[in-house]
Amino acid sequence: MAMLEVKDLEVTYGVIKAIKGVSFEVNEGEVISLIGANGAGKTTILHAVSGLLGKAGGTVTYEGQDITAYPAHKIVELGMAHVPEGRRVFAQLSVLENLKLGAYTRKDKKELEDTLQTVYKRFPRLEERKNQMAGTLSGGEQQMLAMGRALMSHPKLILMDEPSMGLSPILVEEIFSIIRDISASGTTVLLVEQNAKKALAIADRAYVLETGNIILSGSAEELINDESVKKAYLGE
Amino acid sequence: MTRIAGREKVMSFLNYLISGLSLGSVYAIIALGYTMVYGIAKMLNFAHGDVIMVGGFAVYMSMNALGLNPILAVIVSIIVCTVLGIVIEKVAYKPLRKATPLAVLITAIGVSYFLQNLALLIFGSDAKLFTSVVNIKAISLANGQITITGETIVTIVVCIIIMVVLSLFIKKTKAGQAMLAVSEDKEAAELMGINVNKTISLTFAIGSGLAGIAGALLCSAYPTLTPYTGSMPGIKAFVAAVFGGIGSIPGALIGGLLLGVIENLSKAYISSQMADAIVFSVLIIVLLVKPTGLLGKKISEKV
Repeated sequence: MAMLEVKDLEVTYGVIKAIKGVSFEVNEGEVISLIGANGAGKTTILHAVSGLLGKAGGTVTYEGQDITAYPAHKIVELGMAHVPEGRRVFAQLSVLENLKLGAYTRKDKKELEDTLQTVYKRFPRLEERKNQMAGTLSGGEQQMLAMGRALMSHPKLILMDEPSMGLSPILVEEIFSIIRDISASGTTVLLVEQNAKKALAIADRAYVLETGNIILSGSAEELINDESVKKAYLGE
Repeated sequence: MTRIAGREKVMSFLNYLISGLSLGSVYAIIALGYTMVYGIAKMLNFAHGDVIMVGGFAVYMSMNALGLNPILAVIVSIIVCTVLGIVIEKVAYKPLRKATPLAVLITAIGVSYFLQNLALLIFGSDAKLFTSVVNIKAISLANGQITITGETIVTIVVCIIIMVVLSLFIKKTKAGQAMLAVSEDKEAAELMGINVNKTISLTFAIGSGLAGIAGALLCSAYPTLTPYTGSMPGIKAFVAAVFGGIGSIPGALIGGLLLGVIENLSKAYISSQMADAIVFSVLIIVLLVKPTGLLGKKISEKV
């Protein structure tokens, strides 16, 4: 059974159908990439999965539980974290306060300190700046904070929306190597990226999205070698 | 002779200043309710002033009809106002969470009229004489030239306690941090696992509970109670909140105190009829110079 199963998902904004019946699944331990152009509906899908958006149709099942109608804050408790597009850190709170909010749903106070240390180990810069206002961090640091904050909830599945957006090539490398680490430590990853090359390089499987529909899916390797993907997304 | 006259002038100035601080403390407590609700729900709860009036009646009825002692009466007032705040939020505002700000604003004005008319129906329009909840004797200083009433002392002390407790609550507790998170980014707060609706309800509950205290203090200092009692102080506290920077808790304190002092000094030295006009003029000037208010944060959207 898949960890996350999305079936015939439909999302509408007013009268506009943004997602027109999308189905995909994520198995435990996998890194899955959703790739597609701007406006294809990638972010909308993540928002629908994590409960920020209501669904017009279809179902979302997580670990065998139907979470279609769950509000976002309840889904977090089930072990699914969402790193939103644009980082969305709490600019007027300190780095440490942001991280603590990431652990808002956790009740195991003792293990919490361990998680914090793990996050600091993975992102040493966050520890250096723990008392600094999050709004004063650079874009790359904010991305790390957003990821660290999501990890604080100790998720089994982490959704990441455009983690490389707006970052310099060196930082993009760093972020992707961190995603690889996160995956290696046992967290399942559902990644949305415009940077298709990077997204396919890191993924086990991927889905290609075009104007609210999945038009192609397969192993990352298959997709990298697919002529239409090469042309449209890899710039070859 | 002139030196004595000068001294008298200073003393009377101090008297006006102190009573201005007392009035300002009440405004500050009321302004907290406006500013917290605005900061978190991004709405102006214009019914807030009328919750104060309900608090006043709660104290009045507790003391006169039930014969409770003043402290219990204030506790009753806090409970009544807290529950009222939660109910108003649930019934009137929550269904409008996704509506336009204008729709919410008009609803708030509707709730305000509803509360006023409900009080009119129950208690009638004639003014009730309010018995002060404060039993402390006035202090006189400088050979009796400065008098500080018990109400003034209690009001200022209560205001300071509320500010300190509220600041600690927001800084140190999980619920307080959740309130800050919600005020900054509702969606991101949801993604942390924060129940945004519950947090908004909690904010209304706290703001309204404070209005219960404000009602007791206001009516103790100005002991006539009518269904319209909360209306003008409500508007002035709103001015104080905007003055200090709406959404900012220290701003509510500073705005409230300044407004109380300006109002009292205007009454004393310029004209008591003009005092309100002066208060509102000050607001206009502050907003012209600094549109976000004294301590208001500049809202910058990062793209």
